[in-house]
Amino acid sequence: MIVHINGEKKEIAADLSLAQLLQELGIHPGRVVVELNRAVIARGSYDTTFLKEGDNIEIVHFVGGG
Amino acid sequence: MEDLLRLANKNYKSRLIVGTGKYKDFRETQKAIEISGAEIVTVAVRRVNITDPNKENLLDYLDPKKYTILPNTAGCYTADDAIRTCRLAREAGVGNMVKLEVIGDEKTLFPDIPATLEAARTLVKEGFVVLPYVTDDPVTAKKLQEMGCAAVMPLAAPIGSGLGIRNPYNIRIILEQATVPVIVDAGVGTASDAAIAMEMGCDGVLMNTAIAGARDPILMAEAMKLAVEAGRKAFLAGRVVKKLYATASSPLDGILG
Repeated sequence: MIVHINGEKKEIAADLSLAQLLQELGIHPGRVVVELNRAVIARGSYDTTFLKEGDNIEIVHFVGGG
Repeated sequence: MEDLLRLANKNYKSRLIVGTGKYKDFRETQKAIEISGAEIVTVAVRRVNITDPNKENLLDYLDPKKYTILPNTAGCYTADDAIRTCRLAREAGVGNMVKLEVIGDEKTLFPDIPATLEAARTLVKEGFVVLPYVTDDPVTAKKLQEMGCAAVMPLAAPIGSGLGIRNPYNIRIILEQATVPVIVDAGVGTASDAAIAMEMGCDGVLMNTAIAGARDPILMAEAMKLAVEAGRKAFLAGRVVKKLYATASSPLDGILG
């Protein structure tokens, strides 16, 4: 299925959980925050959050800034 | 009694708040911040590069147990985007203090005041400790403190301009009416600019470019630490009144005849 991750179209397996997606992308969950369709997802619920076709996912972290 | 900066029920020894942008690498960031003595550091919230996610992370170099991490909303042009960024930042688990900036103009990076007020109102309601970046406008500063912001952060001059305090009279008025800490944020260029802000009675100074953009950022970090301390002490000590004519420092009696 197609989802949007950080503004880019991505083909991912159906019924993937957020935790699985992060693992597939090689992203350490402890250093990022995830937003799914404009709602912030609590860190403890990545395992129980399942993705569906057309989802908009934002994965952010802290970078240097003033 | 020890002179501390009190922000949102927490005491800080350092009155210098530093940014983490524009450094050569994370090692330089880490060293400059350590030398500066700052206990609060600002960070930005940005998308992870999903094609190359394993790059080093800023927080690997800045221990959140040692520093208070202050996420900013830099780059946000609407209240909604700023609120969204703060909600994301809070989930990162570094606390609920945010540096709110809603930019209104690309060239000057001056804040959009109506949008800043709107975002501040919502964020305070949602339990955030809001430190808003604002123009040196006393009316806005007053509105922000009245709606429950934990500090007001008027700019000295445009972000990254290094011009120093352009309107000390407005900063004075903001200080006079302040019920929360006043932190000069943005526009500081060198140590004397920071010292002037502190001598005026500001509670702190926030800067990034002045340190990171210096030829030797580590040395400038130390200069800023000393400048903020010197300025604060001079403020507490109370300066002499300026006069047009001289007053002799040595006794007038007993001069050789």
